[in-house]
Amino acid sequence: MQATAERSASEIAPDSPATTAIQTLELAKEFGSTVALAGLTMTVGKGEIFGFLGPNGAGKTTAVKLLVGLSKPTRGEGWVLGERLGNRAVRSRIGYLPELFRYQDWLTGREVMGFHCRLAGIPRDQRERAAEHALELAGIAGRADDRVGAYSKGMQQRLGLAVALVGNPEVLFLDEPTSALDPVGRHDVREIIRTLKARGTTVFLNSHLLGEVELVCDRVAIVDQGRVIAIGTIDELRGAGKGVRIRAEGVDEEVRQSLRRFGPVEESEGWTVVRGIGDDAVPEIVRAVVQSGARVYAVQPAAGTLEDTFLKLLEGAHDGHPDHS
Amino acid sequence: MAILTIAELTLREASRRKLLIAVGLITLIIMPLLGWGFSRIPTLPCNGACGPGTLRTVEAVLLILVAYMFSFVIAVAAPFIGAPAIAADIESHVILSILPRPIRRAEVLIGKWLGLAVLVTAYTVMTCGLAFLAVWVGVGYLPPHPVLTTVFITGEGLCLLTLAVLGSTRLAPITCGIIAVILFGVTWIVGVAGQIGAAFGNTVLADVGTATSLVLPTDGMWRGAIFNLEPVSMIAVTSASREASANPFTVTAPPTAAYAVWVVFWILAVLGLAVFSFSRREV
Repeated sequence: MQATAERSASEIAPDSPATTAIQTLELAKEFGSTVALAGLTMTVGKGEIFGFLGPNGAGKTTAVKLLVGLSKPTRGEGWVLGERLGNRAVRSRIGYLPELFRYQDWLTGREVMGFHCRLAGIPRDQRERAAEHALELAGIAGRADDRVGAYSKGMQQRLGLAVALVGNPEVLFLDEPTSALDPVGRHDVREIIRTLKARGTTVFLNSHLLGEVELVCDRVAIVDQGRVIAIGTIDELRGAGKGVRIRAEGVDEEVRQSLRRFGPVEESEGWTVVRGIGDDAVPEIVRAVVQSGARVYAVQPAAGTLEDTFLKLLEGAHDGHPDHS
Repeated sequence: MAILTIAELTLREASRRKLLIAVGLITLIIMPLLGWGFSRIPTLPCNGACGPGTLRTVEAVLLILVAYMFSFVIAVAAPFIGAPAIAADIESHVILSILPRPIRRAEVLIGKWLGLAVLVTAYTVMTCGLAFLAVWVGVGYLPPHPVLTTVFITGEGLCLLTLAVLGSTRLAPITCGIIAVILFGVTWIVGVAGQIGAAFGNTVLADVGTATSLVLPTDGMWRGAIFNLEPVSMIAVTSASREASANPFTVTAPPTAAYAVWVVFWILAVLGLAVFSFSRREV
């Protein structure tokens, strides 16, 4: 797992746009005295499927709004495809599906696409093909001539995805893209993301659905209270939740306290679980349990999940910030 | 060009929401009634005291009142369509998918304003044109300067539209619309007070009226419309009497060219302020 601060804020030159799609250095957004984003530092490589995880109010949507140029940072720097945030030329190379998606309900889906093709600067003779292509990819081509007002919420989200795909963007920002979709729709979105990855598109996936992120993302950043608290590949982050589970009789709070020197300890369905440890710590842990007088019946490895890591990191972050509500 | 794309979408929305057809139908129903009403004027029972001059004056005064009614409708309609211009798209989040496109916020705002300005202008031209036509068919009377009258009423509508679009960048549609209509009403009544002050030599009242017509030129525009609706004989009579010149539906002098320039500048300045305000708005 990589440390939060990858580079110092004083280094303001972006990495090579040939390899880097998104880069931020201490990017911050404040609304008066409210800190929405405290200092986001991260790098997303070209062609990556990058997950952006965090609890509600962590600053995820604020970060996406800064990255797509909808909002201006109060501090820090950021680049998308080598240009500063908000650069107009770069905006023709990105796509964005907002969390709160809504389109002109008095237009048909195809007309919405035509409008966005025009705004995206797609030449007139290519608009129809570009719109059709995006509608098919999003799985909504069959309903394209219906009024948006007649769409279900899931259909509207698919339309939003089609709008985001207009012009084959090099970087696609998806803010909770499956919030209105049923399981089939969620599966379809995952397939679309995989198709885009095969084409070399960078996808920035903002979500609080850990399972979804786990299934499609190459790397993940976990944010809390406006800061990245962990960043790494799925395997790296899962590793942080790896541990050992012990079924034993006589494990009381005193024993659990003695085990906390190895890592976070939890009780789960009769098992005592110690997480965030290396393999070489297992014999020491078992010895500590046995020496405490407890009777050990079973010892098993505990597989880490992204959820384990996520919860552990948030718990750790909040322990360090007792004022967090 | 993004401005034209947004303007076209704005016009298409008015069409899709059946605004154009509804307004057009109502206007077409009203106009024959208007012509019929004017055609009855020569039949007024006035014991032989109504000569052609008197009847013409009645027709002119009545047409001014009709124009006032339409200008009031435009003054309410312009904020009604201008107030949601930006605010509604922000509230509904439609704006979130538009602004990340490679366009400027200024283009979105000006495009919206342009589309709505076309609507206000088209409605004013249609209404004034049909009203003048109906009166001419009904009684054979045409005001002295119908085109200039239409220009001034359009100017009044555009002032209120621009003010509403400015408010739309910061306020909820209903708040913004109500504020614009209240300001229109206040400006009108202050203008009337200023006219009375000017007629009776109260310079303070007259100056307040003048200042108000500079801050929000809607009443100044309306007065320009009145002047161009008045026959020369009516202006002469009004100018000769202090009491008559205090009548809020008469005007003795046209707006100056400098005032017309000021109004154009005012619209551009308020539009510029709206662009500035929107460019700093969090969405």
